[in-house]
Amino acid sequence: MAQTSKQVERQEGGARGSEFKTSMATRYGFDRAFSILVTVAALVGVAVLAVLLIDVIGDGSGRLSLGFLTSFPSQIFPENSGIYPALIGSLWLLALTAIISVPLGLGAAVYLEEYAADTRINRMIEINISNLAGVPSVIYGLLGLGIFVQLLAPLTGGASVLTGALTLSLLILPVLIVTTREALRSIPRSIREGGYALGATRWEVIWSHLLPMALPGALTGMILALSRAIGEAAPILVVGAAAYQTYTTAGPFDGYMALPTQIYDWISRPQDVFQELAAAGIVVIMAVLLVANSVAIVLRNRFQQRS
Amino acid sequence: MTQSERTREEQRLTGVSRDRREGRRDAGRPPAGDNGTLGMKIQDLSAFYGGFKAVTDVSMDIRANKVTALIGPSGCGKSTYIRCLNRMHEVIPGARAEGSVTLGDQDIYAKGSDPVVIRRRVGMVFQKPNPFSKSIYENVAWGARINGFRGDVDELVERSLRQAALWDEVKDRLKESGYGLSGGQQQRLCIARTLAVEPEVILMDEPASALDPVSTQKIEDTMAELKKSYTVVIVTHNMQQAARISDYTGFFYIVNMGDPGRLWEFDETEKIFSNPERKETEDYVTGRFG
Repeated sequence: MAQTSKQVERQEGGARGSEFKTSMATRYGFDRAFSILVTVAALVGVAVLAVLLIDVIGDGSGRLSLGFLTSFPSQIFPENSGIYPALIGSLWLLALTAIISVPLGLGAAVYLEEYAADTRINRMIEINISNLAGVPSVIYGLLGLGIFVQLLAPLTGGASVLTGALTLSLLILPVLIVTTREALRSIPRSIREGGYALGATRWEVIWSHLLPMALPGALTGMILALSRAIGEAAPILVVGAAAYQTYTTAGPFDGYMALPTQIYDWISRPQDVFQELAAAGIVVIMAVLLVANSVAIVLRNRFQQRS
Repeated sequence: MTQSERTREEQRLTGVSRDRREGRRDAGRPPAGDNGTLGMKIQDLSAFYGGFKAVTDVSMDIRANKVTALIGPSGCGKSTYIRCLNRMHEVIPGARAEGSVTLGDQDIYAKGSDPVVIRRRVGMVFQKPNPFSKSIYENVAWGARINGFRGDVDELVERSLRQAALWDEVKDRLKESGYGLSGGQQQRLCIARTLAVEPEVILMDEPASALDPVSTQKIEDTMAELKKSYTVVIVTHNMQQAARISDYTGFFYIVNMGDPGRLWEFDETEKIFSNPERKETEDYVTGRFG
């Protein structure tokens, strides 16, 4: 019985064989065309960045020197202008924003992914967090102005670098939360069950297994989010980044300058020398981003290797 | 009307014959003349996923230091049932269980009974090997450490790995990741980490179904060794495996699609495989369905 059906199948297979008409040349043609298409897509991004870099370095190279990094800006002697206070201010912003937003982002993601029951309120929170990621950054600036600069002035010191960092933290929290949740969600449930089955509490499972496993993915989110934060001009302009100051930021309650606002200030002046300064400033901010990203990527790779 | 009376009434109305009803009521009773000590006593256990009843009214006496196998067609509630024995079932959102499961002199579903404590006493090995993303050593040591183990951790890790028949294969690379092991080794690592918290009962949910025959053999050998010190309950789809390794066998069965699974027959393994009471059991163990 089984044999007969097999024979029938074979006959049918043979009969069907003659109905296969195919041109390998056409199929490989599409194959090649597609691979060219995606290569071009990838190259466009890289090319635009390269053109931008070459252009900016060309414009700013005359101004790039150690002196540029260590001098204060000057409107009277623009040739001697430097970016020092803005660079220090941006590093302060970067560090404070990371310190504020990373624990909050991780915490919120852990809550939503591991603790929150599937209730209407929690679903609302989830949808709103995704929506917040799309709110224009200047709106966050206005929010920061209302809450951190004015309402909480006794705590934040008004237009301080802490205020700027708090505002930027608000801006990047949605991105941090979403990427960390994705990282947590990609951990199979069997890991959690394996932990519980040994008599572990939820906290023990989260701390020992879930957070270490989610860290590489969460770090990628942090890299992207902090890169965005340090490049933002609009929100920190609104919350009072200084256009000029005669000292460098030395504590969280000090005033601050920042690279993007400094560049914005220079670029809005018509003289050539300010345009060059702006270009040099752009090179510096890109270098800062590159260094910060490299550190994060090295960290991520180290964590990935361990797991 | 009590719960069981209602169930019987339901069965009468749905036309299940009288001897089947009697059979079900007798299913969990220990075989006559058996004088082994009791490991766990399950009474009228039902399990739910939200509004869906997946397992109904299982009563079963599990003998200490014996291997109890649970067999039956797919979807008849074996895995759900075994997960109720260490309160892992309720980890799934919306899942809950009713009835009583007595371990020693404690009902693990009693008010105030702590699932975290229960799960240490009743360990579990899952269908798919699920080692932690840590070193082999840490995989074994972690559970003991969080449970407050104060002894020599090195010694505990070695002893657990030896019991799980894995020590010789990994003793030179304890610091390497557990993910670097083969599937069979990973499963034995999961057994070792379960043993390291020194449970009283070990539940195994198809522990060898994802493994090759050689690894399966090693797991089975391990189990024969384990029952000297532990009570073992194992779900398996492999009838030969159940026949080879178990002392008692429970057959789960589902009458109609969508009905909850039931314990259809429970007896000494030899009896189940040679001379079962019920027709469905015989059909299943002789491979006529499932």
